[in-house]
Amino acid sequence: MANNPMSQKVLLTSKEIHIILHRLACQLLENHLEFKETALIGIQPRGIFLARRLAHILKESYGVKHIDLGYLDITFFRDDFRRGDKTLEASSTKMDFLVEGRKVVLIDDVLYTGRSIRAALTAIQSFGRPSEIELLTLIDRRFSRHLPIQPNYRGRQVDAINEEKVLVHWEENNGKDIIYLINK
Amino acid sequence: MSSLSVQHLLGIKYLNEKDIQLIFETADHFKEVINRSIKKVPSLRDITIANVFFENSTRTRLSFELAEKRLSADIVNFSAAQSSVKKGETLIDTVNNILSMKVDMVVMRHPNPGAGVFLSKHVKAAIINAGDGAHEHPTQALLDSYSIREKLGDVAGKKVVIVGDILHSRVALSNIFALQLQGAEVKVCGPRTLLPKHIESLGVEVETNLRKALNWCDVANMLRIQNERMDMSYFPTTREYTQQFGINKNLLDSLEKEIVIMHPGPINRGVEITSDVADSRQSIILNQVENGVAIRMAVIYLLASMIK
Repeated sequence: MANNPMSQKVLLTSKEIHIILHRLACQLLENHLEFKETALIGIQPRGIFLARRLAHILKESYGVKHIDLGYLDITFFRDDFRRGDKTLEASSTKMDFLVEGRKVVLIDDVLYTGRSIRAALTAIQSFGRPSEIELLTLIDRRFSRHLPIQPNYRGRQVDAINEEKVLVHWEENNGKDIIYLINK
Repeated sequence: MSSLSVQHLLGIKYLNEKDIQLIFETADHFKEVINRSIKKVPSLRDITIANVFFENSTRTRLSFELAEKRLSADIVNFSAAQSSVKKGETLIDTVNNILSMKVDMVVMRHPNPGAGVFLSKHVKAAIINAGDGAHEHPTQALLDSYSIREKLGDVAGKKVVIVGDILHSRVALSNIFALQLQGAEVKVCGPRTLLPKHIESLGVEVETNLRKALNWCDVANMLRIQNERMDMSYFPTTREYTQQFGINKNLLDSLEKEIVIMHPGPINRGVEITSDVADSRQSIILNQVENGVAIRMAVIYLLASMIK
């Protein structure tokens, strides 16, 4: 990122992310306890890192024995097909459990317009009818929503303008946990 | 990444290796989709597709239709037998009439080679060639390669023999192009009369002894004798053809290694392939059919995403 001409500032440091992830894990624990009726579903491509991390923390630090963790690709359910210049590229869906009658927590790193979540709500129906769906997001860009969608669990609320972009780096993917706010 | 380099799918010869990889990767995702309990995705809900078939087809038409429906496209079906073509309408007129009903994509099968290319130059719609005479049948070749990739892990470096009526086969030509593009070795095997002259110039080897060809290969793609395209006799009797170029269980079991058996369908059981071979563990004929839907969904999805 050093030779990047765009201006950027650090929104959350590795330590802050660590604290927030533990808080989010505790909030999930408060509502779901044993996670017997609950499935965590990370939205592809970026939400899966957060979902994996939370599942790991819940198991290692809070003694949850088993968590159903899935990845949901929403590409074919997006509402911007043919509206951009690029072909929308799909990622894989991996869900080896049924969501019928269960509580689902959708997990994504940044909540922006809400359109991805809308697509995810439609996509999840292909796998059954959950009894209830919640939304967890690490960064909530308020004031930029296109749809009436709000998170149940949020890491940090950010007032970013449209020209700005939130960039989330994960240790397993980029070598370091850090979140930037970039001026495009 | 990542769009196709073409706006129409007219033949494998217009594609590059990257296109094929993109189609395969997209098909992987669609294969997962069609194995869900709810097999439909809404991507193409504002796209209308016309299936225009000037020649008979069961499998290909059903497969395309299913692929289109699973992508939520609106479809209109047209087959020449029940149309105004019989009354003397030209191809361009027929298709333009269909297009004026606001159709975005045309899937066409036609008895004349090059019909798809011709159409793509004259009408404003994305064209998918579903077979043009004895020329190309690109989606069949794609699903064949995809099935090999699924079964053997990779297409590159594999040895594939195409057996039977190469002369009248669009499946053979598209397969040769597709396999070579991905780095496979290709041989053709059949009676001399059913091998096109100068086929070696495509970089394929000719083998007229079936046992030798099968001992060489990893995959055998068995083709049907296309009696409907034959205006003269190319071999003495069907029985003699079967004896020399048909594959049966004894032959299969006597080979030096276990090979994969493919067939694009429709099968003439007992002619090019016996029932116990077609239904054997080594046969991936039904996998080909399943993969056909995923491949066609991928092709339609990728082409449709470029329609503005």
